[in-house]
Amino acid sequence: MDDAKPRYYIRFSLAQRYLHWALAGTFLGLAFTGLQLRFSSAAWIQSIARAVGGFGAILFFHKFCAILLTVTFLIHVADLVWRIGFKREWSLLWGPNSMVPRWKDILDFFGNLKWFFRLGPQPRFDRFAYWDKLDYWGVFWGMAIIGLSGYAMWFGSFFARLIPGSWLNIALLIHGEEAILATGWIFIVHFFNTHLRPENFPMDLTIFTGRLSEEELKRMHPEEYERLAASGGLQAIAAENNRTPS
Amino acid sequence: MKLWALALLMFGVTGAAGAAKPDCLSCHSEKASAKASVHGDLSCTGCHTTIQSFPHPEKQTAVDCASCHSGNAAALGKSVHAAPGGPSCLSCHGGAHSILSAKDPKSTVYPSNVPRTCGACHGNAEVAKRLNLPEVYSLYMDSIHGFALTQDGLLVAANCSSCHGSHDILSSRDPKSKTNHANIPATCGTCHAGPLQAYSSGIHGQMLQAGATEAPVCTNCHTTHQIARVGNAEFQMKTTATCGGCHKDQLTTYRDTFHAQVSALGFRQTARCWDCHGQHDILPASDPMSTIAPAHLIQTCGKCHPGANASFVKFDPHADSHDVAHFPALHYSAVFMNLLLASVLGFFALHTVLWFIRSRFGPEAKAEPKESPQNRT
Repeated sequence: MDDAKPRYYIRFSLAQRYLHWALAGTFLGLAFTGLQLRFSSAAWIQSIARAVGGFGAILFFHKFCAILLTVTFLIHVADLVWRIGFKREWSLLWGPNSMVPRWKDILDFFGNLKWFFRLGPQPRFDRFAYWDKLDYWGVFWGMAIIGLSGYAMWFGSFFARLIPGSWLNIALLIHGEEAILATGWIFIVHFFNTHLRPENFPMDLTIFTGRLSEEELKRMHPEEYERLAASGGLQAIAAENNRTPS
Repeated sequence: MKLWALALLMFGVTGAAGAAKPDCLSCHSEKASAKASVHGDLSCTGCHTTIQSFPHPEKQTAVDCASCHSGNAAALGKSVHAAPGGPSCLSCHGGAHSILSAKDPKSTVYPSNVPRTCGACHGNAEVAKRLNLPEVYSLYMDSIHGFALTQDGLLVAANCSSCHGSHDILSSRDPKSKTNHANIPATCGTCHAGPLQAYSSGIHGQMLQAGATEAPVCTNCHTTHQIARVGNAEFQMKTTATCGGCHKDQLTTYRDTFHAQVSALGFRQTARCWDCHGQHDILPASDPMSTIAPAHLIQTCGKCHPGANASFVKFDPHADSHDVAHFPALHYSAVFMNLLLASVLGFFALHTVLWFIRSRFGPEAKAEPKESPQNRT
């Protein structure tokens, strides 16, 4: 390896890291308070609820986090609109830097399953692996569905002018079930895929530091590394050339 | 001198019974306090009727209160207290020579003293156990009635005899008892006339009047002795379950809603049964006067949800996702969500487990130790 080459590469911008902090913080706050409401009939949940200040505090905190997460979501959507609509960054819509699923993701998914059973080598992932995209779209649609159903219940008498009141019954059901799915996904799937699996244990700090080492880039995103190395794009994401405050 | 006194005494006893009092007291001076009792105007022999002359036999038959108080004695004779070993007149009314008018604040049967008087037996754990009586005294004393009577001195507050009667106390199993299930509304209604009127017009009161003995009465919701203020949090927490004791399906479906989820966490500013259905004058939705009749729903929901409109009240606070006939959209939404959760979480939990096994125990785990996290910077 050439010593002159930078050893660290930028994977996430500072803005993306801040948004992830906001997303993770508000999500955990929403899950902690929301699950107490969803399972409020259990005595031990009621004890926790009392300890944290009762329903009044729980609902306040739930709505507080909901507003912050909504703002986070809107910032992300506005950023997408700006970058795609005004700056014409088509690479966000298609290709290795896009979150839009590609045929390769399906091949990678089955390839990874084969690898689990030792029926083949582990697929060579690009910038975003299929589980990264599942994380992204799960959160994206989860926020849309949970958020909409939540606001529908919060402002029930207003939303009832737009939708039949009986949909509020469905809104509560979907809000709770989708939230359990989201919480289950984060704790069972996301935490393992990203942090807890033996290759990354105990944590992959990239989302917090924004950067990953050359070894990590090669090992986890070989396709991206080789593509950038071939096109000379590595220098553009080298940490040395991206002195963003961290 | 002594002889003269003796002669006078004998004359007094034999000659003029009406003026005998001072004469009895010359021997029974300790009974002089009887003058202060409600019977102070009576002569000794008014009660001790068997004494006609002096000297009188040492042993006397017991005083029979019934000779004057025949009505009360007859009532007592038919009451639960008539059983052998049961209380006598004096058990409740105090010492034989110190009985006071029930209007006297020092009387054992003055309204604010009644609970303590009855509590001598009914608050005594030993007696209660021996006679298989419920221990009601402490429950009553902590109730809104007991508190009002004994702490605030509100004589209008119900004491034991307000509900149970005094001499004529009957077992609640007796159809004539004031505390018999069917008679409870009338008994409570002697003070709580407003709630009685409302109750009588409601479905529960109508059922009771129609002879349905299972219809709830005041005590089913408010309890008997430990009646609490209705604003009391503990009471409100219990009462939803009380309604649900009969209305089981409605309790189950209520529990699926946000109202119940909030309620379970101890929050009171949320809809519980009576907030929508009313309290004493509950009527079925089919009755146009009902708070949940279609014409009244906007008003009823609007109590908490300002701006509620015709669409808003289509929300069903008892929606049942298992009931496909009445709630098809909700039912299929629930089925879809359950399948989604089970398949997604089930599959990816397996995905996680397989990945863990492959990474932890696969050939690379041993072959390429340099990839362990410790070696990464």
